[in-house]
Amino acid sequence: MAGLELLSEQGFRLDGRRAGELRQLRARMGVFAQADGSAYLEQGNTKALAVVYGPHELRGSRGKAPHAQALVNCQYSMATFSTAERKRRPHGDRASAEMSLHLKQTFEAALLTRLFPRSQIDIYVQILQADGGNYCAAVNAATLALLDAGIPMRDYVCACSAGFLEDTALADLNYVEEAAGGPQLALALLPQAQHIALLELNARLHQDHLPRVLDAATQACRHLHALLDRVVREHLRDAAALLGK
Amino acid sequence: MAAVEMRLPVARKRLAQGLPRGAGEGDRDLVAPGDTITTDPGYMRGHGTYMDNEKLVASVAGVVERVNKLVCVKALKTRYNGEVGDIVVGRITEVQQKRWKVETNSRLDSVLLLSSMNLPGGELRRRSAEDELAMRDYLQEGDLISAEVQAVFSDGAVSLHTRSLKYGKLGQGVLVQVSPSLVKRQKTHFHDLPCGASVILGNNGFTWIYPTPEQKDEEAGGFITNLEPVPLPDREVISRLRNCILALVAQKLMLYDTSILYCYEASLPHQIKDLLKPEVMEEIVLQTRQRLLELEG
Repeated sequence: MAGLELLSEQGFRLDGRRAGELRQLRARMGVFAQADGSAYLEQGNTKALAVVYGPHELRGSRGKAPHAQALVNCQYSMATFSTAERKRRPHGDRASAEMSLHLKQTFEAALLTRLFPRSQIDIYVQILQADGGNYCAAVNAATLALLDAGIPMRDYVCACSAGFLEDTALADLNYVEEAAGGPQLALALLPQAQHIALLELNARLHQDHLPRVLDAATQACRHLHALLDRVVREHLRDAAALLGK
Repeated sequence: MAAVEMRLPVARKRLAQGLPRGAGEGDRDLVAPGDTITTDPGYMRGHGTYMDNEKLVASVAGVVERVNKLVCVKALKTRYNGEVGDIVVGRITEVQQKRWKVETNSRLDSVLLLSSMNLPGGELRRRSAEDELAMRDYLQEGDLISAEVQAVFSDGAVSLHTRSLKYGKLGQGVLVQVSPSLVKRQKTHFHDLPCGASVILGNNGFTWIYPTPEQKDEEAGGFITNLEPVPLPDREVISRLRNCILALVAQKLMLYDTSILYCYEASLPHQIKDLLKPEVMEEIVLQTRQRLLELEG
């Protein structure tokens, strides 16, 4: 590899992580007062802000609404200043629309939507700084926001990406590793039941390697679950102490 | 030359820092989605839980509550769940045939039936087609009302009524939206505070602050609103109360008449606009907390 060595001989990546190591995760729940639920999350340099409204009465056209369950409405967007190159993204950006659809699929699998017929749950996620793993940060932030809003779900949804390089599976890719063009897998997992909410693979990967990459992603999701759980419990403990329960 | 006030960003303070933690036992009752509460099949599944392979699993993050065999998980913050007899404040979103749709921070919009309100003038009769046509004269989109919950449907939607002179359209005042879990359930939610204003603490978290009406002859059935200008001192009291309520909410103290009044009294040394500063909020709520504790103990 010319110039950039993504994985050194000693097994370190560009930012000094080991192959299976996650980036630092920092998160906070309840950042906005007006929304039903909100969360801010940093995974390394990727920063995401998620806001949840609902469940509330259906707004807009009722034609496409599912009959006996809640409509999950997701909107993913990237701030103009989130990437290295400043880019104005008016609504209807193709990549964002696809990401919104992915988020919708992911959360329809996790939310107990049947409890809320005739209503709607809005999830808005914005990426404030993009440094790889945008989908994963969006899912993790949205999970925290949904928990903050008290909306019933089967389990946490933890998402993590994984790649494959020089016969090694790498977890939680950053931007440089993503841009290198190797295979990239995004996994959204319900960790306690081990259900897959969404699995996406970009670029070609040999079938024999898939289990290893999947394992790396699964392991990373489990770690993420532990980290998110810690954030949630800390938040709960504070709130419960304040309310005197 | 007006002085400009500046503040530097500081690290966020943990709100619960000074408070005693429930000694060891508090942790056990806190669950997050996916946590198994019990594998004993003898328990009944309540709100905030679901069954998964004979296990009772939490579906929201919150506190486990057990009533005999029923296990519920109560989230710390949710939308309003209506109960019969609750007082709510809501905003009309839609006028339909024989009913209004009311936004009450509930999961579904509430309904107010034409037949479950007093006609102006207090007349008692069946509602005719003319009444239906005149519905917009009584309540329009965007109007605020106070009402009582008459019934809760199976899907969680709420039916309201305003069959008392206490309820009806709200005139001049200030609305503060807070989390429903911060409103303490009490015998009455209409309070005429001695500081010169009145509040309606809706169970749904909508709080209405308005000048205390001089005479309570509401033979109009609560649909004629007084549009005379409110004098400045009254407006100041109302703004002060609003900022006090915001302070109490920011520090997660329960809202009821005593807590609001104590907070109001604690705020008197400060200017009204200063009450929005975090450090002033903290100070007055601390004083309120202490006075409330003295009152209890």
